[in-house]
Amino acid sequence: MLSRLVLRAAPAALRALPPPVAVGVLHTTRPLHTTQQSLAPVPPLPEKGGEVRHGLIPEEFFQFLYPKTGVTGPYMLGTGLLLYLLSKEIYVINHETAAAACILAVIVYGIKKFGADVAAFADKLNEEKVATALAMKNEAIQTLQTAIEEEKKEQWRAEGRNYLFDAKRNNIAMLLETNYRERLLMVYNEVKKRLDYQVAMQNLKRQKEQDYMIQWVEKNVVQSITPQQQKESIAKCILDLKALSKSAHAAV
Amino acid sequence: GPLSQRPLMEVRLGELHTWLSTCNFSPQRLLGAVQKAWSSYCAKYMHVRRGGPAGISMLLAGYCLLSYGWNYQHLKRHRWRKYH
Repeated sequence: MLSRLVLRAAPAALRALPPPVAVGVLHTTRPLHTTQQSLAPVPPLPEKGGEVRHGLIPEEFFQFLYPKTGVTGPYMLGTGLLLYLLSKEIYVINHETAAAACILAVIVYGIKKFGADVAAFADKLNEEKVATALAMKNEAIQTLQTAIEEEKKEQWRAEGRNYLFDAKRNNIAMLLETNYRERLLMVYNEVKKRLDYQVAMQNLKRQKEQDYMIQWVEKNVVQSITPQQQKESIAKCILDLKALSKSAHAAV
Repeated sequence: GPLSQRPLMEVRLGELHTWLSTCNFSPQRLLGAVQKAWSSYCAKYMHVRRGGPAGISMLLAGYCLLSYGWNYQHLKRHRWRKYH
């Protein structure tokens, strides 16, 4: 009971606490996800990158010079720049130049020959990654769809709850009826047993009284028969028997 | 728009001086500018579906030029002619 008192007192105590600290100090009351911008869905990667001519100079440079110098402008600029650097020896030709030329030649040859194959291979790897991710996504969507259908089915099943309740009510009614009848039978049996007991008691009593009375009467009668009477009765009986035998003899 | 808000590419050559004076050079802003430049370069040339050699080759070329510039004083000694 004391715990219930504590629980009742807790909200009142919480309301009595000072209000939360100012917004600038603690960022607990900062609203979240209120802007339109969000990180998903991520926009897809662009198909092609920025245009680059000869692998080194972006196309924007050529477009920048086109209005003033036409198509050959940047090339003229490049040639002039190169000749200037060479003639003034701002770019010095030494062993590194030869090495750089060879390396560049090899690189360019390699790219021209194997570029397409490497690109196709990389594309294939990417495709596989994307395909696995897509498969996972589709599988997740599929499982969710099946879950939705299952849920709808369960909802449809739940509509039949009235039948279930009726059946249960019937069951309960039957149980109650059975119980009632059992108890009725028990009551009847008990009452009958008590009444039978009373009846048996009365019968027993009457029988005992009867037996005792008969016995008593017999005893008294036997006692009252004096020896004299006994002799007289025996003689009478013999006489009677003789008379009877005579009548029987006569009849035969 | 106003001069101070324009990005570098849209500033004309004559206004470059004034533009440089308007922006504040704090380390965070500089770092932010470097970060933005790098991420825009990556987004334009490297994070594409079908890129080419352009993304890395420009970086390597820039590196070659930078290292040539750093070693220029040493390379100057290997000139072929004395007077140009």
